Amino acid sequence: MSIDIQAVGKRFGSFVALDDVNLSLPTGQLTALLGPSGGGKSTLLRIIAGLETADAGRIRIEGRDATDLPAQKRGVGFVFQHYAAFAHMSVAKNVAFGLEIRHRPKEEVRARVDELLRLVHLEQFGHRLPSQLSGGQRQRMALARALAVEPTVLLLDEPFGALDAQVRKELRQWLRRLHDEVHVTTVFVTHDQEEALEVADQIVVINEGRVEQVGTPDDLYDRPANDFVMRFLGPTTTLAGLVVRPHDIGVVALPVAGAIPGTVRVVQRVGFEVRLTVQTSEARDPATVTLPRSRYLELGVDVGDPVWLRLPADAVRAPATAASAVLEEATSGSH
Amino acid sequence: MVDIASPPVAPRRREPRDAATLGRPAGRRIGPLILRAVVIVYVGLLVAWPVALVFWNTFADGLAPVIETFTDPLVLASLRLTAIAAAASVVLNVVFGVTVSLVLVRYEFPGKRLLNAILDLPLSVSPVVVGLSIVLVYESTRGIFGVPLAAAGIQVLFSTPGIILATTFIAMPLVIREIVPVLTEVGTEQEQAARSLGASGPQTFWRITIPAIRWGLTYGVVLCLARSIGEFGAVKVVSGNLIGQTQTATLMVEQMYFDFDQEQAFAVAGLLASISIIAIVVVSVLRSRAERKGTS
Repeated sequence: MSIDIQAVGKRFGSFVALDDVNLSLPTGQLTALLGPSGGGKSTLLRIIAGLETADAGRIRIEGRDATDLPAQKRGVGFVFQHYAAFAHMSVAKNVAFGLEIRHRPKEEVRARVDELLRLVHLEQFGHRLPSQLSGGQRQRMALARALAVEPTVLLLDEPFGALDAQVRKELRQWLRRLHDEVHVTTVFVTHDQEEALEVADQIVVINEGRVEQVGTPDDLYDRPANDFVMRFLGPTTTLAGLVVRPHDIGVVALPVAGAIPGTVRVVQRVGFEVRLTVQTSEARDPATVTLPRSRYLELGVDVGDPVWLRLPADAVRAPATAASAVLEEATSGSH
Repeated sequence: MVDIASPPVAPRRREPRDAATLGRPAGRRIGPLILRAVVIVYVGLLVAWPVALVFWNTFADGLAPVIETFTDPLVLASLRLTAIAAAASVVLNVVFGVTVSLVLVRYEFPGKRLLNAILDLPLSVSPVVVGLSIVLVYESTRGIFGVPLAAAGIQVLFSTPGIILATTFIAMPLVIREIVPVLTEVGTEQEQAARSLGASGPQTFWRITIPAIRWGLTYGVVLCLARSIGEFGAVKVVSGNLIGQTQTATLMVEQMYFDFDQEQAFAVAGLLASISIIAIVVVSVLRSRAERKGTS
């Protein structure tokens, strides 16, 4: 295991940022720490980097106890959301910083900087100042700078959070390709589930200072440990006391044995799909159902019409923690 | 009342503006125009005109009196003393100013607001009061520090240490007030990045923190230097004004003026004013050049 986190706790005043977190992150993988803002994921990353100290617990990096090591001795590369570019240094100087601190020979530094600038596609920009780069370019520079010192682990704190949507998409695919080339153990923090699902080998879902689930993107999507994980990974709705995905719900216009009757309240067309809001007789809040437009036209229903909803046996579900107990009998769990 | 005659600068400035606004409704531009004229006249009458007169008077009788003034050993001695006091004040205020600013920006502690208020005291209290307070503390027969220092053979009042102390005290807030906003704006992320890249505390300070605040620091140094060179009131109280020994350049200007050596007084005053003006010009040139490169 590359990073071992044992019983780590952290408070800020009375606010519990991390509560007895235990986690092992394997060598060479790209791991996402995913969760809502204020859930503790950035704090955990900063504790791994040594930029924050834990109140309790131990951190081991590549088998070495790093709990009491200062940041500069941990051998980690850190990339900040707002780049933390050294504003008074050229791009090449930024990348060279860690090597110059280590008094590496000038020739070696120059060769390594050239190589890294090529890796992050900034070979034309070495002489520029960070303020002359776009956000995406600055973040690639920050990445090259962190990689220059050949860290045992690379930590990225919301690395694409300050970029606009298009650049963010490009950069995260690029990060995935870069990781496949460089293979350094990488941990990145994000609150964007799409980013985590698309890029990461492994996802750690963190909420309210605790680890909710650890697994591959498929694990988390197909076998969420609880309704929080399920809700966080994409759109959900509640049907018969279960948290389910709106596109998993089957809709028919005629009564079927075991289906739940309801009335269509709202029909919304969103691009290629249609979103129905259906008030069922057994629940206070309406359920949301999404289906392809062609399927909706076949169905031939409109606002006010009766429909019957059913959940296929293989659909992913989780009991809704709030009101689940009473209504759980409606559908038997599949796992 | 003769002095109130408007300097030629203000009306001349208006001409290109009038040309530029031709063809527009005349009434709409009057407001900003009046405002601009008021500001120019105000600054002109209050600052530019009197300072210009100093230079005018310096060279009113040609170069000979100026050369005579700056070869006078007493004048040179006073200039040397001013240079020593100003240099010491700048060094002390930079070292303590950077330290105090870092503490103020980076740490929360009880009494921080009080410390902040005390730091502004030298700007709000009259220099004479500052001088008298130093006399009270360092007076060699009664002062709390003065008595033990006198016993150790160190004379603070009526000598260079007292002058340095008074000058440093007066100029203390200038560096701090320039650095604090810059440090606040820069934040700590660059320093954290440097640490994670393997830099030690001192390496981070010299390679990241100082370059990040260099313009605030430069401005602070220039203001501190200008203020220190010009200090008069506090220095007059603590120095004893001994000609050739504890008389700084500003004290000398005053004495020469009252001794009817007006040519010499204007020559020294002109020199003091030029140093300040040159310092500010140099900084603004450096700064605009840096901004064009995009470093600031």
